[in-house]
Amino acid sequence: MSRALAALGGLLGLLALGGAPLEPGQVELKFLMAATPAPTLSAYRLFTDDAGRLPNVGVMPYALNTPLFSDYAEKSRWLYLPPGAKARYRPTGALDLPVGATLIKSFAYPADLRRPDEAVQVLETRLLIHRRAGWTALTYVWNADRTEAKLKRAGARIDVSFTDATGQPRQIDYRVPNANQCKQCHSLAGRIAPIGVKARNLNGVFAYPEGPENQLAHWKRTGRLEGAPPPDKVPRTAVWTDAAEPLAARARAYLDANCGHCHNPRGMASNTGLNLDLEETRPARLGLGKHPVAAGKGAGDLELDLVPGHPDASIIAYRMASTEPGVMMPELGRSVVHAEGLALVREYIAKMQRP
Amino acid sequence: MRTLVIAGAALLLAGQAQAKTLGVAPGGDVQEKLQTALLDARPGDTVAIAAGRYELTDGLSLDVAGVTVKGAGPAATILSFKGQKSSGEGLLITSSRVTLRDFAVEDTKGDGIKSKGADQISFINLRVEWTGGPKETNGAYGVYPVASTNVLIDKVTVKGASDAGIYVGQSKNIVLKRSRAEFNVAGIEIENSMNADVFDNVSTHNAGGILVFDLPGLPQMGGHSTRVFRNRVVDNDTPNFAPKGNIVAGVPTGTGVMVMANRDVHVFENEISGNQSSAVMLVAYRFGFTDKTYNPLPRDIVVRDNRIGRNGWDPVFEGGKVMARAMGGAVPPILWDGVTTFPGLSDVVRVRLSDGPVGNLRLAKPGAFDQANPQVTPTYGDAVLAEPRPVVLPKAQAALAP
Repeated sequence: MSRALAALGGLLGLLALGGAPLEPGQVELKFLMAATPAPTLSAYRLFTDDAGRLPNVGVMPYALNTPLFSDYAEKSRWLYLPPGAKARYRPTGALDLPVGATLIKSFAYPADLRRPDEAVQVLETRLLIHRRAGWTALTYVWNADRTEAKLKRAGARIDVSFTDATGQPRQIDYRVPNANQCKQCHSLAGRIAPIGVKARNLNGVFAYPEGPENQLAHWKRTGRLEGAPPPDKVPRTAVWTDAAEPLAARARAYLDANCGHCHNPRGMASNTGLNLDLEETRPARLGLGKHPVAAGKGAGDLELDLVPGHPDASIIAYRMASTEPGVMMPELGRSVVHAEGLALVREYIAKMQRP
Repeated sequence: MRTLVIAGAALLLAGQAQAKTLGVAPGGDVQEKLQTALLDARPGDTVAIAAGRYELTDGLSLDVAGVTVKGAGPAATILSFKGQKSSGEGLLITSSRVTLRDFAVEDTKGDGIKSKGADQISFINLRVEWTGGPKETNGAYGVYPVASTNVLIDKVTVKGASDAGIYVGQSKNIVLKRSRAEFNVAGIEIENSMNADVFDNVSTHNAGGILVFDLPGLPQMGGHSTRVFRNRVVDNDTPNFAPKGNIVAGVPTGTGVMVMANRDVHVFENEISGNQSSAVMLVAYRFGFTDKTYNPLPRDIVVRDNRIGRNGWDPVFEGGKVMARAMGGAVPPILWDGVTTFPGLSDVVRVRLSDGPVGNLRLAKPGAFDQANPQVTPTYGDAVLAEPRPVVLPKAQAALAP
């Protein structure tokens, strides 16, 4: 009941806000809430510069302990909350975000991954907007001059070149998803939902201009998050690249971020019976001794999803190592092999004991 | 509340009154044109794809309820995915009350057409084909409704799938008729599903004709109530080309109808001939599982009044050749592994196999083919088993026709 009242209060607050004159420079909440998306990203005034780098008031940068791999693109993330609105803590799943909340994610490539802050070219900016009827996913693709991003609903392909972390030149046939593909990953029981903004994946330190601070603590302190216990009482997703963390925790974090959005009991891959989200604990559901159901050639002549001690016999590793549609996993969001992620999962399987 | 309902009905009517057709023709960026039409369609609309060949680079998808996607015929409107670079299927449907009709999908890298979690999904007069013939590198399923309710498949042709041509998984209330499956590993497969009528189909030149399976480890288990009747299950003679790890890789080449686990399956009035391993095979699920609710044994099975031609002359399953030699050159057309008990299960296994002869392998446990102790009888079992009631689809869906 109190939740419903709070939701109603939030809604009334929004309505009132819609009628008030906007401060110059304020985020255009009414455009975010409109049924018809704005044709250009700048219309929302989420950023104060044309290049989409400087967040407007109310737009907070954040990072995830372990993110989804997206063809080596660098991803910048922000959360916009309407004035006075707060996110509500949940111990599992994404934070409970109020109507009007918007998740913003930009995908970019530096010319050389070894110098990630130089010559960065932004390709697309994706929005996940919490409207009254539910979440909506939109994608804006930047022009060649990186001065304007236009709505692209049907997806696109962009040729990308960069130098990778080992100094090798790389070319990628980068895929911008269509609106339905956004939902395929962001689907929870058939409805669009945020994936990354789970308390446990946000439970880490972010380098704010005023100094490093735990993100959950920062949001709580600045009045944008309610109901959160202190960070040390919040579950925490491991940082997959941090060799100081236990191997299993890093690998499970990686599988959660890269597979668990579909492979969970309410996701697009629920029918497979393979769950790779961090909440899953049953060995058979995690792939141990599990025969493939609808994998087709994705099984690669292997018989089980995960064979402890034997990455070469495990379908999970086989599909991560492929770039062929119909074989590769995840199905969307990558066109090249994530060598580092694959190495982590292979090591995890190799050192896994039989239950 | 009442006003709300009336307002809702008015909205619905208004929506239907404004139903429109979104036309797509060949030429230009067909990927963007087709996908945009699928995004722009509103409930009640038709996306009409003109005759021609559409070369696509990525999967297409529809997430709007109540839309019809219509081509100019399965030989005229061709969506070719030969150059596909991403997505696990050619066309994905995630909304309800969708009708797909009169077009072809060719050479997808993964599955052909998939629906997930859809109610009242209809596939009518379609062709899904891998044009290079049967190959292990072809996609797994041609037509693939999964976790769907009220599924209609009528006059659909699927060729070349490396798993099942027409596969209905974890679904409920299914009518699959007048369709043709050839050169797939399995022609037609009903898996972990409830209430399916499979009739008037032709399943030929696959490794296995029609499969009714129930597998463990899935959200929906306990498949039951399937009627397989008036089908032509003939000359399934394509060597099984499934990638090894898949469950259908275990289907012997030249199997007519195969039932694995599952309950209340009635196979009748089919023509079953030209299948080298067997006409009808009933087997238990042979691998380990942890689900306590799963029953690996086929039970309450009826096989009657089929026209059984020449089958089983060169069986390729484990121990089959030895068995054939011992039985004068061929194995009986109806084969049952004969497993009737399983630890922890109390369900009685009942069968009425009135076509024959029947070979009961009398296995002690699932998969123990090396210990077969075959017994051949003209028929086997006389259990009185009520036939599942005919599947009834919602009226509007049942009225759809090719």
